[in-house]
Amino acid sequence: MSGHPSTYNPSTGFEKWLDKRLPIVRFSADFMDFPTPKNLNYWWTFGAILVVMLVVQIITGVVLAMHYTPHVDYAFASVEHIMRDVNYGWLIRYVHLNGASMFFLAVYIHMFRGLYYGSYKAPREMSWILGVVIFLLMMATAFMGYVLPWGQMSYWAATVITNLFSAIPLVGDSIRTLLWGGFSVDNPTLNRFFSLHYLLPFAIFGVVALHIWAFHTSGNNNPTGVDVKDVKKDTLPFHPYFTVKDGFAVALFFVLFASFVFFNPNALGHADNYIEANPLVTPASIVPEWYFLPFYAILRAVTFDLGPISAKLGGVIAMFGSILVLFVLPWLDTSKVRSMRYRPVARLWFFLFVVACIALGWLGAKPAEGVYVMWAQIFTAYYFAFFLIILPLLGIMETPKPMPRSIAEAVVTKPKPTEASTPPAGAVPAE
Amino acid sequence: MSTKMKNARLIALSLFASFAAVGAADAAGGKAKKVEHHHWHFSGPFGTFDQDALQRGFQVYEAVCSSCHGVELLSFRNLGQKGGPFYLDSCPAGIPETIDCANPNENPVVKAIASNYKFQVSDGPDEFGEMFERPALPSDRIPGPYPNEQIARLANNNALPPDLSLITKARHHGPDYLYSLLKGYEDAPSTVEVAPGLYYNPYFPGDMSQNLKPEYVDEKGYPQEGVEVPLGGVLAMAPPLADGMIEYVDGSPQTVEQYSADVTEFLMWAAEPKMEERKALGVVAIIYLLVLAGLLYWSYRKIWSDAH
Repeated sequence: MSGHPSTYNPSTGFEKWLDKRLPIVRFSADFMDFPTPKNLNYWWTFGAILVVMLVVQIITGVVLAMHYTPHVDYAFASVEHIMRDVNYGWLIRYVHLNGASMFFLAVYIHMFRGLYYGSYKAPREMSWILGVVIFLLMMATAFMGYVLPWGQMSYWAATVITNLFSAIPLVGDSIRTLLWGGFSVDNPTLNRFFSLHYLLPFAIFGVVALHIWAFHTSGNNNPTGVDVKDVKKDTLPFHPYFTVKDGFAVALFFVLFASFVFFNPNALGHADNYIEANPLVTPASIVPEWYFLPFYAILRAVTFDLGPISAKLGGVIAMFGSILVLFVLPWLDTSKVRSMRYRPVARLWFFLFVVACIALGWLGAKPAEGVYVMWAQIFTAYYFAFFLIILPLLGIMETPKPMPRSIAEAVVTKPKPTEASTPPAGAVPAE
Repeated sequence: MSTKMKNARLIALSLFASFAAVGAADAAGGKAKKVEHHHWHFSGPFGTFDQDALQRGFQVYEAVCSSCHGVELLSFRNLGQKGGPFYLDSCPAGIPETIDCANPNENPVVKAIASNYKFQVSDGPDEFGEMFERPALPSDRIPGPYPNEQIARLANNNALPPDLSLITKARHHGPDYLYSLLKGYEDAPSTVEVAPGLYYNPYFPGDMSQNLKPEYVDEKGYPQEGVEVPLGGVLAMAPPLADGMIEYVDGSPQTVEQYSADVTEFLMWAAEPKMEERKALGVVAIIYLLVLAGLLYWSYRKIWSDAH
């Protein structure tokens, strides 16, 4: 799995015996020794942060499930029971609740990092695609988890989102009935969401293993996007060099995490979710959690019918399309240069893309009317244009800046990156 | 109703909810007066509850609010737990030594409040199979005024007084909103008409354009030019507080402002009874994490010193 020659020497008799039967120590040793580009910057620490967040969510979630009752009559009360009567229940719940937000914050940074440094390009397409699968699973898990406390927002978010599936032609109604386990959001819905909310994180765990396996086969990307030429000069073993650096980043990230958990635990949530679900009362505004807002804005940006496609179906297609387009990104971006450090034009479009995503998030929380709709449409158009038009064209039209010949050279000549460098001619991939 | 119709109605309802209500209601909600920011004892990372205010707040709740609103998530014992309004570190003089007053179930104040509470708890069935009423114990939930929603609506002109256990967390800027609402009742402006049984409050989210008198509305039902729509809305709760209506034994001012602030402090505690414990642990957690981060950074520099 580790894709580099093993340096493990079993020293004791038991280790030798085990190594012939189940080379788990060899596997772990090779994993920890994995040659990692020495120039990885702090944007690369979010992978480790995400692994830690997944573990935090699973552990707190398992404990919460011991005290939670998945029933429409008791769910809300059981969450308050956790908050009031379970020892440190408030802590476990607030960690889990804010952990979801921190998880998404980290995953968005991780994805933007992948975009900026071209981590999706050959030979890392599988890592990227598995990452998008993880992102989709995370969204499903977070959505179903949000339903479990059975507050007003839980109930109405479940109603709005499950109804989206009914827009799918032919099978839409059947899918929705299957999701509901009946003919409206009710107890069977809550039960199956609870079951799946418990299941999916383990599925995520499995795909994370594949995601890591994939880039341990191809090797890590790095800020220059230049391939490792000389393992000795260009890389360092993962442990201790990157375990300690990642550890430092995790500790800093936890300071932010803790500041929410302990001092502002409800800042990222919606007040209406402290009102028990009531199918007869529609909240004044139904707003998803912040991490879904950009996609909610894209959903609502389609306000017009397109031939046989209704505005509702169009919105659903746009929303799912905005994620599905990421699957084919490795083939949409025609540039052979990975890192946007050496793509002066692409990086401007990239920063505009980041702005568009943040703007869509802001617009997702605004009422879908007037000027907000227009801006949501503009940014949605840009979101898709970035992937479908700009990246394919730039690969052909853009002249990349000269790249360092190797990672080691990039590290040594950091202050003056232009000196020792390859001629700009023809955007050659750094092979 | 046929399933199909029910489905169709649900789709319509949720679509309305997702696409229309967001806009309309948000606009309407924006018309309430901006809440007044009160300085709370519990604000900020080191804020704690003021126990005297909590006690006065419970007094206001019991004397006034509890006639219509329950706090169903609270038990009497919560009043005597650490950080609660009637928590006792040690027993006052005259209490036998065998009693541990720090234990909420033995706290004499809590026991007295429970057994003398204005509502009894329903228990049973007894050995004859009958339900019966009995005085509350510290372990009981605080009984509310109504046994069910129907009776509550019947008694309140079809309005349902919400449970107050979580009210300060269930509203935006909950404590400031509640405080502003309670002390913010005023006579409705002359341009609007308020139906009997409803009351005007500038802080209540609503849409007063619906209440404009006919002479201020054009033929389409919109406000005429130059007519200002008053902020706020109408609600079914009559102004609950009046100066001097509750007697404070500690000499605090007996004003609507003070009552409003005290009951808000009590209800914030009711919604977040572990807040003090949370913030105290948070300080320790942050310091721990900063020290850990410092040590890890130092280790990082040391390990990487031979890397290049």
